[in-house]
Amino acid sequence: MEKAPEQLYEEREKRVNDAIQLRVPDRVPVMSLFGFFPARYKGITFEEVMYNYDQMMNAWIQTMVEFQPDMYENPFTIRYLGRIMETLDFKQLRWPGHGCDVMSSYQYMEAEYMKADEYDAFLFDLSDFMMRVYWPRVFGALKAFENLPPIYSIITYYMGMAGFSAFDSPEIEHALQSVIKAAKEAKELIKGATEYAGKMKELGFPPQFGSLAQAPFDTLSDFFRGTKGAMLDMFRYPDKVLAATEKLLPIMLQTGLAAKSRGHTRVFIPLHKGLDGFMSPDQFNTFYWPTLRRLILDLIDEGLNPFVLWEGDCTSRLETIADIPRGKAVYWFERTDIFRAKEILGDTVCIRGNVPLSIMCTGTPDDVKEYCKKLIDVVGKGGGFIMDCSTVMDDAKPANVKAMIGFTKEYGVYH
Amino acid sequence: MSEKLIDVLVNMKEEEALEITKDLIEKGENPMKILDSCTSAMEIVGKRFDVGEYFLPELVMAGEMLRQISDMVKPKLRGEVTSERMGKVVIGTVQGDLHDIGKNIVAFLLDVNGFDVVDLGIDVPPTKFVEAIKDFQPEVVGLSGFLTLAFDAMKQTVDAIKETAVRDRVKIMIGGGQVDDEVRRYTGADAFGINAMDAVSLTKRWVGGN
Repeated sequence: MEKAPEQLYEEREKRVNDAIQLRVPDRVPVMSLFGFFPARYKGITFEEVMYNYDQMMNAWIQTMVEFQPDMYENPFTIRYLGRIMETLDFKQLRWPGHGCDVMSSYQYMEAEYMKADEYDAFLFDLSDFMMRVYWPRVFGALKAFENLPPIYSIITYYMGMAGFSAFDSPEIEHALQSVIKAAKEAKELIKGATEYAGKMKELGFPPQFGSLAQAPFDTLSDFFRGTKGAMLDMFRYPDKVLAATEKLLPIMLQTGLAAKSRGHTRVFIPLHKGLDGFMSPDQFNTFYWPTLRRLILDLIDEGLNPFVLWEGDCTSRLETIADIPRGKAVYWFERTDIFRAKEILGDTVCIRGNVPLSIMCTGTPDDVKEYCKKLIDVVGKGGGFIMDCSTVMDDAKPANVKAMIGFTKEYGVYH
Repeated sequence: MSEKLIDVLVNMKEEEALEITKDLIEKGENPMKILDSCTSAMEIVGKRFDVGEYFLPELVMAGEMLRQISDMVKPKLRGEVTSERMGKVVIGTVQGDLHDIGKNIVAFLLDVNGFDVVDLGIDVPPTKFVEAIKDFQPEVVGLSGFLTLAFDAMKQTVDAIKETAVRDRVKIMIGGGQVDDEVRRYTGADAFGINAMDAVSLTKRWVGGN
């Protein structure tokens, strides 16, 4: 007899929570970040789903129903962005049909959206800096905001009221109209995300994550200073880099805590610039790990479970990153030696990963099963393991995804 | 050569390196000798990277110092013969992929290690690689890609090189993102690299025969 969705939902929640708490679940949980995969699988372009609410909704629901992973990721707030990004003339991304092929995933356009000599402005008043300097660079439609007076300069009737005069220009009017248009499009995003979450619940799928946060250094490097800029800053202005990461820590904590208000416990934290090779152990221990560790600890203190995606190879960090409370977090590894990770971290965190995308994209289902078997035998031993690919799997072969999920459900049962 | 300059470069002391260079130029030092000091320093930096003492930030900082010193020294060069280059490499990010951070670092390291590098940029179609091979006659071709869709673009590029009969004349290396031996086999490339120094080692092995 088929199980009721409510029962499936509870089983899946328990399975994953058992894995997080390092207990032995009924079987190894299996899930993925599908990325744009459902579009290709359902024969529609990546571009189409970015602009078409119903197409995205249908393709993603059908894919989840057919593949039956234990948990889903909500595509709306990260994929249904075509219109809002156009309205705001968003500069940081090229997307399918807009600078990229209609069947290509996102490509982030890195630049120094904050210059090296702007740390002081960033530290003095981050929101003012963002609205008048960062937004005009990131959103072409808001370029005119660079002409506004400092937000903090308008205080009361005899302090700053005249500053409103700056809003009287055709450019600012156009920018504000873009904001209003974007607001309506953002509501569609939220509507889509809410509807999708409701449908998933009806079908018995819990969400993987309730919110997202980043390592403070990554936020600084990814979006403000750029990879190269942030690397040079570590030599040139180490104190300012540290101050900036301290400034971003409570902000990252707030974005992570949003999961709580949505009634969820899992927070996704994808990491970028702290991996082996990208930093020395000294630099990692100085600029990267302290604020990331506090973010993880603060989220855990609030009753949440951070799901940290350690991109690239982080094998040399394993001993360092073991220093967090037991049974509260998930470390998802991409290229890190996951077997060594199990040895070092197996008593501390649940491990997730890491069927290489090279196998998922170019190999056969038998190759996938062989790799999964080894993962289940070694990393899955005694619980504390979630099966997945090494990272977002946009271009994986459907037969290989089926093999990963099907084989795990069969072979990954604990006896 | 200036031991002092080599020392501060190797130890990532940017301000001192620029000051020493300025002093040397003012004192009328032969600009070629200043550049030779830079080359020696870069060799040491590369070695430290190889043994895991230095990492990407040091390579980037070294490159940044080298760029500034070259800018200071260049006006003083009076058509001096540049040192003998070891070989030629054509490099680029394959079609459909716009990522260039890794590729730029590889190109920079190959350059400071004595190779002539022709950088075709990003989103490079197979035909452009083929043309560049015909024009520049490199010993080595480097294909870079960060996205998984680059696997197919790399394969198409290698296939295009095969079809035009220049395949035997070049060694092809791939790198970036998810690239591993599985991908190397899939694309038909000769080798893959995990990091920028791998590209230098491979090129040296192929060109120098060691």
